[in-house]
Amino acid sequence: MIKYLLRKEFKQILRNGFLPKMIFIFPLNVLLIFPWAASYEIKNLNLSVIDNDHSTYSQQLTQKIISSNYFKLTDVSPNYNKALKSIEKGESDIILEIPPHFEKDLVNRQGGKIMISANAVNGMKGSIGMTYLSSIISDYNGQVVQDLMPTGAGTNSTPTIQINSQYRFNPHLNYRVFMVPALMVMILTLLCGFLPAVSIVTEKERGTMEQINVSPVSKSMFILAKLIPYWIIGFIVISIGFLVAWAVYGLIPAGYFASIYLFAAIYILAISGLGLVISNYAATLQQAMFIVFFFMMLFIMLSGLYTPIDSMPEWAKWIAAFNPLKHFMIVMRSIYLKGSNPLQLMNQLMALVGFAVFFNTWAVLSYHKKN
Amino acid sequence: MDKQNIQSESAISCKSINKTYDAIEALKGVDFEVERGEIFGIIGPDGAGKTTLFRILTTLILADSGTASVDGFDVVNDYKEIRKRVGYMPGKFSLYQDLTVEENLNFFATVFNTTIEENYELIKDIYQQIEPFKNRRAGKLSGGMKQKLALSCALIHKPSVLFLDEPTTGVDPVSRKEFWGMLKNLKAQGITILVSTPYMDEASLCDRIALIQNGQFLKIDTPKNIVSQYENKLLAVQSDNMYKLLNDLRASELTSNCFAFGDKHHVSVSSEQLSINNLKETLDKLGHTNIEIREIEPTIEDCFMQLSQK
Repeated sequence: MIKYLLRKEFKQILRNGFLPKMIFIFPLNVLLIFPWAASYEIKNLNLSVIDNDHSTYSQQLTQKIISSNYFKLTDVSPNYNKALKSIEKGESDIILEIPPHFEKDLVNRQGGKIMISANAVNGMKGSIGMTYLSSIISDYNGQVVQDLMPTGAGTNSTPTIQINSQYRFNPHLNYRVFMVPALMVMILTLLCGFLPAVSIVTEKERGTMEQINVSPVSKSMFILAKLIPYWIIGFIVISIGFLVAWAVYGLIPAGYFASIYLFAAIYILAISGLGLVISNYAATLQQAMFIVFFFMMLFIMLSGLYTPIDSMPEWAKWIAAFNPLKHFMIVMRSIYLKGSNPLQLMNQLMALVGFAVFFNTWAVLSYHKKN
Repeated sequence: MDKQNIQSESAISCKSINKTYDAIEALKGVDFEVERGEIFGIIGPDGAGKTTLFRILTTLILADSGTASVDGFDVVNDYKEIRKRVGYMPGKFSLYQDLTVEENLNFFATVFNTTIEENYELIKDIYQQIEPFKNRRAGKLSGGMKQKLALSCALIHKPSVLFLDEPTTGVDPVSRKEFWGMLKNLKAQGITILVSTPYMDEASLCDRIALIQNGQFLKIDTPKNIVSQYENKLLAVQSDNMYKLLNDLRASELTSNCFAFGDKHHVSVSSEQLSINNLKETLDKLGHTNIEIREIEPTIEDCFMQLSQK
């Protein structure tokens, strides 16, 4: 029996004309465009310089900052107020003010004072710009100290702590390495959460559901026939994702593909279960689309896709704990970047199994003869 | 299959079925029995409760109270048995529009664990007419062809009871006639047919009919008996000013009720003494010209109108 239902389901999907293309184009689009466009790496910050010293040192410093490639000199102002104007006009993001006698003070070992002020409307951009700029300046400082050191006095130099930072799992802080696995989760969610729900509601709207109901087909059989095709589609889509990640970004999971497939299998079951629950309560396609959209927005915002869950307030963390998307995103990033195995991801595994059981039980129970 | 119980002499049996949607009473204590191999018509206007009754009998919804059985099986407890042995054709075309004619038929055959070949004899007459288009998608068929395909799909598992909910609504007169011809053939093969229709003229094609209004059955009988039980004399009246005529006839004490009926007014007169001349004189006095009055045989529609007035 299930064989015939599945055959019908695949015939419908393949005959759709739109759906099969969507299944390929959608993940390719998301994976090819998005990671290049969206980036946390702040580049091309517009710098405004107020140089009150006009000395060799002040010019050296400015030069060093610009040659770092993070900053673009867009404005040179005679005073702070003028510089602030350029920020207001949106021409620059950050101001560097070098006081008069900067060089003199440095050479006399009185220490130099520099003011940096950043536009913090976009807090992230402001603070990252500030950090970049400070580190360039302190780097320059070290250079100056060495320059001014009297020759032969190397022994009595002030002891300094040298910091060697090392970024684990993503040594180059490559944003794409972080985003691509998470985007795969998003694609899987949209395709496998949306499509079964839409497919069932369409049957409701067309009245074919009623014809099936007046036949010996049982409800679990009908639901299973809706789930399996999208399960398979989910596997195809995630495999496309692997391929794109490798071919375009050179990304290969540090862990095993098998562990990803295992988690994906459970995750698709959970998310399409949610789709089925929605389809049971929605009478029309319009209703179903809106409910799915509502959940997707909520899930994506609270998934840790863009902003880390750890920095969210306590209540938001609680909501996120009930978000299957969040758990699967952790899994994908851990396996891809850290090479975690399912044992190390036991919490996530349990959570996803829980979601799968919960949503699918709910789906079967709520699929009743209404009225 | 020994689940069959004592009630099984009748194909369908309903006992005081009630169904309420929020504040609307869709069915109020419906009682009726359909004999095996009978074409039973449920005749009534839109919103009378026909579809609700069909959905209860085909186990799609549950009644609030009352019991019903189809082919001897209870609609609540033995719904699985019923689903194996009834064919249901809803009022709205509801097959897979993106599958072809043949694929639809094949699909519904397999869903009922059978094949097209096995019951081809039953649907042959109907299916042959659409067979030239078997590779066309169901959504691209014309209205009449869709209806034939839907009937074929409802019949492919050789059901013992066939439910047809307004099968001829929106179908041209020629196809309607053809359709009723097909039903006669199916009846000859021993299939019980419960059919609903808002068209009163189709009532006479049924073996028995039930007139339904506002969720209640007004009368259940053969079409002939219903017509012969018409209590009053029925007159067809015509004059130059039909609108004034309708108002005058309704106001007149000589008539019990009056309805516009095509180009004539059908007037029911209760008093035995009232003669046609008597009425003509009265209308003359009211200033009507070219008055024509004839006594006519009542139709099902006249009976329905009279019954629904009570």
